[in-house]
Amino acid sequence: MTDATQHSVEIKNLDLSFGAVQVLKNLELNIHEGEFLVLLGSSGCGKSTLLNCIAGLLDVTGGQIWIKGKNVTWAEPSDRGIGMVFQSYALYPQMTVEGNMSFGLKNAKIPKDEIRQRVDRAAEVLQIEPLLKRKPSALSGGQRQRVAIGRALVRDVDVFLFDEPLSNLDAKLRADLRVELKQLHHRLENTMIYVTHDQVEAMTLADRIAIMKDGLIQQLAAPDEIYSRPANLYVADFIGSPSMNLIKGQVADGRFTTDGLSVPLGGYEFSREAKGEAWFGIRPEHIVLGDAAASADTSLTITAEVVDPLGSDTLVLTTLAGTRFWIRLDGQTKIKAGDSLTIGINAADASLFDTGDEERL
Amino acid sequence: MADATHFEGAHGPKPRRTFSRRNIFLYGTLIMVALYYLLPLYVMLMTSLKGMPEIRVGNIFAPPVEITFEPWVKAWAEACTGLNCDGLSRGFWNSVRITVPSVIVSIAIASVNGYALANWRFKGADVFFTILIFGAFIPYQVMLYPIVILLREMGLYGTLWGLVLVHSVFGMPILTLLFRNYFTSLPEELFKAARVDGAGFWGIYFRIMLPMSLPIFVVAMILQVTGIWNDFLFGVVYTKPEYYPMTVQLNNIVNSVQGVKEYNVNMAATILTGLVPLTIYFVSGRLFVRGIAAGAVKG
Repeated sequence: MTDATQHSVEIKNLDLSFGAVQVLKNLELNIHEGEFLVLLGSSGCGKSTLLNCIAGLLDVTGGQIWIKGKNVTWAEPSDRGIGMVFQSYALYPQMTVEGNMSFGLKNAKIPKDEIRQRVDRAAEVLQIEPLLKRKPSALSGGQRQRVAIGRALVRDVDVFLFDEPLSNLDAKLRADLRVELKQLHHRLENTMIYVTHDQVEAMTLADRIAIMKDGLIQQLAAPDEIYSRPANLYVADFIGSPSMNLIKGQVADGRFTTDGLSVPLGGYEFSREAKGEAWFGIRPEHIVLGDAAASADTSLTITAEVVDPLGSDTLVLTTLAGTRFWIRLDGQTKIKAGDSLTIGINAADASLFDTGDEERL
Repeated sequence: MADATHFEGAHGPKPRRTFSRRNIFLYGTLIMVALYYLLPLYVMLMTSLKGMPEIRVGNIFAPPVEITFEPWVKAWAEACTGLNCDGLSRGFWNSVRITVPSVIVSIAIASVNGYALANWRFKGADVFFTILIFGAFIPYQVMLYPIVILLREMGLYGTLWGLVLVHSVFGMPILTLLFRNYFTSLPEELFKAARVDGAGFWGIYFRIMLPMSLPIFVVAMILQVTGIWNDFLFGVVYTKPEYYPMTVQLNNIVNSVQGVKEYNVNMAATILTGLVPLTIYFVSGRLFVRGIAAGAVKG
């Protein structure tokens, strides 16, 4: 067995099926003490299901769940030492904010004085003291989610579970609350497991990201690792907006070649031996221009077909080797559709994937 | 106001004529239909306020020349049904004693059933639910006699409690369906949050679900009160004359073959019997609509 003091949550061989549909398949996941882990994936990948299993809201079909060195596979949600925040806030509409926050503590038969103290402390941390006597219906979306976080906070738990907590908020509020969540994590140093489909949330909040697809974890790594060294084609395509440019071609004699593109792979760090057909991936923001293009591993001239000025950046769409190819330029660049542009590609920034099993080369 | 802006052609709210063809047709139809349905009530009310000589004249639509409340008093306290001559009052109290416990028992059980079926998925829940719903489609006549035997064996035949039991059981399928659908429409995350907060089966039912369910309880109450109050078949089959509900007594008064037909007394008795469901509708009609709608739209 692994050292229980190091891992806050351990998931061993977890299986979950609804009838004939297998949602989670033999899933292994160890989460460190105080870690902020983000479960990221498109809808239907099993990320929320996994969170519900950890919370004890779904009975698992096979495997074990350990929290703080205790086997909680059969334990009630309230006995697992977890607090949970839901996407729809799930505040009890007939209770005041104070009632919402103290409901769990009353169920746990905690003395009144202590309930008071804990609610006041959580309210102070989240700056919701003036709202304590209000009903949820009299709160804005952001305030409601704060109360929902407060309800998890007062329980003094080891692990916080967040199920897409910011998805119902508008863009500005989402960004604000995201920063607050990060600060909260720094202050509390609890383990947090956070489910989202928003890659910006994942990249900014996470210590480590677990990218899930079809009930399997595709890659579990720090955000920069996931971004710069995606483990497979799915991860490469999922992270980044616009996503990585992927071109099919041949790897031979240390070069990647396809129609109109030939890149020497001297600067590329292979994870395994490569020969024959492969995907060549390069992020739009890793394409260099000007002097850098001249000294790049390979340089070529393209014609801008579509130009999307976003203010901070300008996106240029072109066609390369028969596929759509995005280039991200500085927002100050003056360019319009039809202009030619010399670009450079460095093999060190690229990712290569096998066309068969789609794993990183 | 007029000098600030000068528009050419159409501007502002579109003018609408009160007596347009559309309005005349629409409101005309509605008024006709409303009158058609109100007419019987009008005739009943007028007849019940007339004396017998005036009724024999035959103008059933004419208002009473001389208003008398004698028929109402007679219907309530003096009309003869079988051996007793104490009017509908006995039946009224019997009906109250049948309706109140039946409504409470059936709603209490059905709401817990619905809650368990909606939120605590247990093995065989779907089979159980299907059987329960199937129960709603079995004709009463099929079960009439078997229930007589069942009640007799239980020693409840002919008693008020036997009838209360029958009403509670027969209300179960439709009420359970009603409550299950309502509880299913409540956000599931609320239930999950309560579980994480350590509330158990009854804790969640009483502290989370019940306070959110007033509209559906009102709907269930209206359905049950009117259904049980208006019941005739079970009342006449499963009770003895001394426990007959109001509907059965009404029938006995109206259909008695001895003596003169006292139309005014019959009318008064009928209105008296219908007064309870009518009051319930008027008092809680708005909540009723809200409850029905609440079940349909996801919160």
